[in-house]
Amino acid sequence: MKRFVQAALGALVAGGVALVATAQTKSTADGIAEYRRMLEDGNPAELFEAKGEALWKQPRGPKQATLEACDLGKGPGVVQGAWVELPRWFADTGRVQDLESRLLTCMQTLQGFDAAALAKTPFGQGEMHTLEALAAWISGESRGLKFALPQAHPQERRMYELGRRAFYFRGGPMDFACATCHGEPGKRIRLQDLPDLRGNPGNGVGFAAWPAYRVSSGEMWSLQHRLNDCYRQQRFPYPGYASEVTIALGVFMGVNARGSESIAPALKR
Amino acid sequence: MTASSTPPCVRRAALATGLGLALLGLGCTTAPAPADLEAPFQAMLRSSFRDEGIAKVDRLQQEPGQLACSSGQPLDAATAARLQAEALASVKPPSDGRYLGDWREGEKLAQSGRGMTWSDRSSAASANGGSCYNCHQLTKAEISFGTIGPSLYQYGKLRGVTDPASAQARPMVEYTWSRLYNAWSHNACSNMPRFGHKGLLDEQQLRHLMALLLDPASAVNQ
Repeated sequence: MKRFVQAALGALVAGGVALVATAQTKSTADGIAEYRRMLEDGNPAELFEAKGEALWKQPRGPKQATLEACDLGKGPGVVQGAWVELPRWFADTGRVQDLESRLLTCMQTLQGFDAAALAKTPFGQGEMHTLEALAAWISGESRGLKFALPQAHPQERRMYELGRRAFYFRGGPMDFACATCHGEPGKRIRLQDLPDLRGNPGNGVGFAAWPAYRVSSGEMWSLQHRLNDCYRQQRFPYPGYASEVTIALGVFMGVNARGSESIAPALKR
Repeated sequence: MTASSTPPCVRRAALATGLGLALLGLGCTTAPAPADLEAPFQAMLRSSFRDEGIAKVDRLQQEPGQLACSSGQPLDAATAARLQAEALASVKPPSDGRYLGDWREGEKLAQSGRGMTWSDRSSAASANGGSCYNCHQLTKAEISFGTIGPSLYQYGKLRGVTDPASAQARPMVEYTWSRLYNAWSHNACSNMPRFGHKGLLDEQQLRHLMALLLDPASAVNQ
């Protein structure tokens, strides 16, 4: 089944590329948008959403408990609308947390997992599959809602400023920062459009398009996975899963995206 | 810098000031002063990143130039001039005086975006590409090019370089070398990696890229 889905997607991708190549008068963005429309009813992310919902309700871990009492910011068990308000301040942990760091907290407190051990799991292995499926389902429960991250708590505003600094921080052998690729409107790497993340890039673009199913790799990518690969390509060292810098960047991008509509889990090339 | 880059809190504060409203109700009064956050920011970097393969945490120790280019604001003229002078002074001309190599090799380097990530095995220049097409148009044939940098299509031709070895072409040849070697030499804080200065490409690789840009036979100049 998976092989069939990938083969079918491969054919559609080839079709999408042909569309782009044969219609140079049409912009690349138009071609990609058309390709996305073709796949609208068949986003494999749906499979991950279904898996995530089942995992949320399944007794798991040393305590054999479900995650149904997990508080994602809108009260225990409230999932709908939670994604578009994260990262946010949590009084019980005394931290600003994004979805995935919050899931680590819940998996530890409710299910008895070791959060630090979970965070060290490489992408694509073990409980990372659980986290990516949960992220797909939980973000999907906010589909069509507008981002409205809270900034009332001083720590939320502090994290915005720390995220802003991280966004412009240039380092490494190539002097790159997040802003190198995402600090101007209307730019591309090769044919890939780059969202300008200094402000709100629009509905379903940039922060509002993750998590997403990536056709090129056949994988579901959470926002943490997306940021991790950004830092790889930035030629930086390795950011820890759910580390403070990734959460701060989430606050910066999420607050900037205020009012834009979430299409997550989206479909990416 | 456009208005869209202003943090929402600052934008709202500016609006509120304009309307004569109290800032308190907008929840923006207790935003931390920037200077207070330098130590927490450094602590955040230390706690968040770890070594992976060739990408070690020492990559986060900023050079003064990288620090100056990290504010998110345009540089003041004096700092820009100083950074450019320092960058220009860093440029080493080719050891044997030959500036141009083989443009076909340059095209291969321009196509390759490899190098220096934690999934790359070696940080030697020989393992790296130039990543040119990631950001620049170069030839008519390659339609998959980025737009972060300007188009370099017909780079040499548009600059009147008909014989790169001629005395007439010499200033343009040296200028182009300095931009490849250290892009900040003429554009402080440029987004472009400082290929020679940071050891990302060696002399011979730079010569090939020079040929790609300046050789009249290069696909760039057709």
